[in-house]
Amino acid sequence: MTDFRAAASAAAERIAACEAKGTHAFLAWSGEAMLEQARGLEAARADGPLAGAVVAVKDVIADRWFPTTCGSRILEGYRSPFEASAVRRLREAGALVAGKTNCDEFAMGSSTEYSAYGPTLNPVDPARVPGGSSGGSAAAVASGAVDMALGTETGGSVRQPAAFCGIVGIKPTYGRVSRYGLVAFGSSLDQIGSFGKDVASAARLLAAISGRDDRDSTTLDRVPLSEPGPAPTSLAGTVIGVPREYLPEGLHPGVRAACDRALKKLKELGAEIRDVSLPHTKYAIPTYYIVAPAEASSNLARYDGVRYGLREDGGLADVRAMYRKTRGAGFGTEVRRRIILGTYVLSAGYYEAYYGRAQRARERIRSDYAKVFAGGVHALFTPTAPTPAFRLGENLADPLQMYLSDIFVCTANLAGVPSLSLPIARDQGLPLGGQLIGAMEGESTIIRIAQALEAALEPTAEVR
Amino acid sequence: MAWETVVGLEVHVQLLTRSKMFCGCSAAYGDPPNTNVCPVCLGLPGALPVPNERAVRLAVRAAFALGCAVHSRSIFARKNYFYPDLPKGYQISQFEEPLATGGRLEVVSPERGPFTVGIKRLHLEEDSGKSFHDRVPGMTAVDFNRSGVPLIEIVSEPDLRSPAEARAYLTALKQVLRWIEVSDCNMEEGSLRVDANLSVRRPGEPLGTRTEVKNVNSFSNVERALAFEQGRQIAVIEAGEQVEQRTMTFDAATGEVRPTRSKEIFSLALSGLAGFFSLPVDFIQYFLDACQVFFS
Repeated sequence: MTDFRAAASAAAERIAACEAKGTHAFLAWSGEAMLEQARGLEAARADGPLAGAVVAVKDVIADRWFPTTCGSRILEGYRSPFEASAVRRLREAGALVAGKTNCDEFAMGSSTEYSAYGPTLNPVDPARVPGGSSGGSAAAVASGAVDMALGTETGGSVRQPAAFCGIVGIKPTYGRVSRYGLVAFGSSLDQIGSFGKDVASAARLLAAISGRDDRDSTTLDRVPLSEPGPAPTSLAGTVIGVPREYLPEGLHPGVRAACDRALKKLKELGAEIRDVSLPHTKYAIPTYYIVAPAEASSNLARYDGVRYGLREDGGLADVRAMYRKTRGAGFGTEVRRRIILGTYVLSAGYYEAYYGRAQRARERIRSDYAKVFAGGVHALFTPTAPTPAFRLGENLADPLQMYLSDIFVCTANLAGVPSLSLPIARDQGLPLGGQLIGAMEGESTIIRIAQALEAALEPTAEVR
Repeated sequence: MAWETVVGLEVHVQLLTRSKMFCGCSAAYGDPPNTNVCPVCLGLPGALPVPNERAVRLAVRAAFALGCAVHSRSIFARKNYFYPDLPKGYQISQFEEPLATGGRLEVVSPERGPFTVGIKRLHLEEDSGKSFHDRVPGMTAVDFNRSGVPLIEIVSEPDLRSPAEARAYLTALKQVLRWIEVSDCNMEEGSLRVDANLSVRRPGEPLGTRTEVKNVNSFSNVERALAFEQGRQIAVIEAGEQVEQRTMTFDAATGEVRPTRSKEIFSLALSGLAGFFSLPVDFIQYFLDACQVFFS
């Protein structure tokens, strides 16, 4: 029988130590709450696949035990009256929820610096960002404070911080995990993903939360993913494509060397490495930054000060003035930037020129993937991010530079395909991630390949 | 020289379902304010809509009764605008791919006898909450019991030629929808609401500029409001001025129609935005359901 209370107390000590170092991985956590959950699980004699595992949850996912602020002033202190389906499932699997982790406001950002509650530091190097938007979840796992964490992705927000913090992050197929209780950002892109120290733990967490949910009509009607098996010792018969657009001229030399080393290992494991092309990759960032803000402008319209969250009425009787003041005061600069961008591309006269064209570009990106996988490739291997973790403040003045840190990850969200990042090397002490992208519903394939690669590599070895 | 009046009607009808369009809350009318609400119809962060199958069936039944083509693929979209009684900041409606198009309704005109009114489209959507400007002094109160109640919008072709014909069309439409048990069409309780588009022209000329008259609460007032608006537009043109395309509201106390500030649509519909779903309609199933009403 799992000792839930011991797991809760030990985690509370680890979280306290992590936060005492100034990591700021959490927006809310509670040793008391963990103990109470532990007592409940003991009373229920819980012995699910996550029994006793301590899991942190990104603050854009609703839970009754803690506030759900989305890293925003507009939801400061907001408590959801319901818990997300994914959180309910991980509790049913026997996990303890430690608390809510820091993130870029409404998951918009790539460094967690756009949180209204201050940045999270990278546990590997506190002068650097943990990546984002799920930076708090990545830091909580990387620091050892929790066993696993839930993150969310709209354009790489699990895989990129996993790479920056030297852990594993999985973004499943669109529709694999229920989004009931996930605060919507870009509804055609959003998915909940998992973080773990290693491939097996991230895969185990994902398996526990996956599967059809009647409350989310976009979930795939499939049985949940199965638990990961042992790491295969051979990848004979596996074809791994390397899309040449993802290893361009001028790529960061450490990133290139790390990828070369990982590809060599994959070959030694018996995999066939094949040069492939995803020719519409160059449209990914522009397409993403039309589709995601367009959907965000609609999804964030509900934060209007009428029913919950911040209200700034200034004593004015005019409802429009209340909207302006509330939304002006409640949203940070990046969220405002994207709402304005999104409203613009959806407005009459521009809709077809921007949103319509972006939808067609997205269709091409999707069909690039479909063609490659139809051609006998089992998975694609690429770097996760174009650089190691950047310094705090380094990209704040230049939003475009910040957007480019997601250049290798956002196509998987546009296409809906599953993808994961695993640590493959270090460059001057900083973790580098390798990305495996699978065909639709191909999670188990990329997880199996990642397990083999993880076992064969020394992921903390310096690459040069 | 004579004037010809052209009228097209948009009729919103609440469906006779027990629960709301996208959640399990009761759709009952008249309960104490804000008692039939949940995270979905209040638009709380993280809540998601799941369509009510019964509402789809009733909408399909109405579409068949009006001779429409029901499409095997139908897509929900968002209509974005800010209003305190619209909890998500958008209404879930249908835009590019409505449930049904191209129907007709036989109507007897008091002026020209039997004629056919074309039905341009019939689509499903959700109702908004209800704002009360007179309950709390100096404040607006909102009741979200109505938020998410299933509606169909039935849009006629501009085939009506007088205020009296508009009334005759509404009477016929109400008879059909009540007979097939799709709606009780009770205007006092707001389960049938009418927006009327009217323009005038010289016979044989292209369509004139139209105005939309809203906030009319009975069939006789639809006729009164349209008669007033028809007279106003003719007077404007005969004075050598132009009719401005805008939204008007009817004041039942004075019988007048006045301009109103319309809700600004801040952005176009996001068609088929999943977060959402496209709704595959099982054609055969619904056809049988629709036929049952007539043949059993």
